[in-house]
Amino acid sequence: MIILEDVSKSYSTGAPALNGISLHIEPGEFVFIVGDSGSGKSTLIKLLLRELSPTSGKIVVNKVDVGKLRHRKVAKYRRSIGVVFQDFRLLKDRNVYENVAFAQRVIAVPARQIRKNVPSVLSLVGLAEKYKSRPKELSGGEQQRVAVARAIINRPPILLADEPTGNLDPKNSWEIMKLLEQINKNGTTVLVVTHNREIVNAMQKRVITMKKGVIVSDQKKGGYIDED
Amino acid sequence: MRISSFGYTLKQGIKNIWSNKLFSLATIATIAACVFLFSIFYAVVTNFQNIVRQAQTGVAVTVFFDEGLDDARIQEIGQEISKRAEVSRIVFVSAEEAWDSFKENLGEYVDTFGEDNPLADCANYEIYMNDVSMQDSLVSYLQTVTGISEVHKSANVATALTSVNSLIGYVSLGIIFILLAVSVFLISNTVAIGITVRKEEIAIMKLIGATDFVVRAPFLIEGILLGMIGAAIPLVAVYFIYTNVIDYVSTKFSVLSSILVFLSADQIFYTLLPISLIMGVGIGFLGSLFTVRRHLRV
Repeated sequence: MIILEDVSKSYSTGAPALNGISLHIEPGEFVFIVGDSGSGKSTLIKLLLRELSPTSGKIVVNKVDVGKLRHRKVAKYRRSIGVVFQDFRLLKDRNVYENVAFAQRVIAVPARQIRKNVPSVLSLVGLAEKYKSRPKELSGGEQQRVAVARAIINRPPILLADEPTGNLDPKNSWEIMKLLEQINKNGTTVLVVTHNREIVNAMQKRVITMKKGVIVSDQKKGGYIDED
Repeated sequence: MRISSFGYTLKQGIKNIWSNKLFSLATIATIAACVFLFSIFYAVVTNFQNIVRQAQTGVAVTVFFDEGLDDARIQEIGQEISKRAEVSRIVFVSAEEAWDSFKENLGEYVDTFGEDNPLADCANYEIYMNDVSMQDSLVSYLQTVTGISEVHKSANVATALTSVNSLIGYVSLGIIFILLAVSVFLISNTVAIGITVRKEEIAIMKLIGATDFVVRAPFLIEGILLGMIGAAIPLVAVYFIYTNVIDYVSTKFSVLSSILVFLSADQIFYTLLPISLIMGVGIGFLGSLFTVRRHLRV
């Protein structure tokens, strides 16, 4: 599903953000990527989303060689990846329904299909009743659930979550993680970048630990490695 | 593009206009001012050209014949001249008609000539042209025709009218070009602000997998709509202003009615309407296209 072979990424200034990392993630896996600031987690996410291209090495996602992907094919490639961010990135001027429908509108899904899909995915994330609410009327946890609904409505085989619990209290954090686990059980490969030690230790999933641009640990059912 | 997607894109374009009300209004006002000036200019120039054209139809080349040339040859010459591309019509003036016409200017002195016709050898053709600028080539030809002794041309009038026409053409082109450039610049600014305001939405669209076209289309629609509105408003205004002005001038200055022959509003708008709308839409489309290409790396 996701293969990285000796991938490096250097910016014009400073040390390389990623330094020859190799990684295999199988379909249907749930993987935590942990590490301190500057460890290369964000660069890894950006490479997977093809916001950046690797300086060297090979990245294959869903049999697509991401490094060689031409610009005009990037949009179609990104439809195979759902993304959730720490700051939710919802459109503040639109209600819950419109925020989720937006993901289908921009890829030209027929209106009739959108009317069917949106309530269904809102039910899945437990927000069917709040479809008319604006983001500012929702709690942080609810906003993140809207973001998850938007990320999965196009049924991507991969879901990337970049610090999804970073702005949430423990109760809401757990609810979001349970939701991601449920999505994973339905067959979606889930990658979660996080700092949340408690959740990583409790969920007993595969944990990849990064430090200064390299993978220092990859445990099948691991916990948060204390680097200090 | 699906109808629903087009509807969505159109809605986003309108939303962009609405959310940047002030800049949209400023842009519409500027385009409206440009199209208004262009329309006024066009109406004036077209009418002036019409007046010049009317004046040009009175400009003729006159040819006189060799002494004693027979009527058959004169008729033959007339037929040859009529076939020329430069010629719109020719009028034969016999010696008698020429003398009758001249007599009207002589007044009391006419009697001194008695029954004689001093213009006995002055039968001629008055040759009217399709375009006064063709006069030189016509004269060159006429000078080579056997049987023609003299060619009189209205050199000054023809040159002046042709020059005025060309000058008007160049000046109008220059002014229109400047107005267009200003409009494109303003549209470009408005769209750039729209892009800045919607930066986050654009970033999300890109991550979700929207194609370049889907990301860019609302801004292009915004520019086209602004251009269309900006063109439509002055066109309505100019229609009413023009109708009233020609009514007023025709009534107040009826003495000049033979010189000032105005085109009707319908004649003017037959060309002005599509040109202005295309201009407005074109300014909007190009202005937003340049901006989207420059500021929206998708």
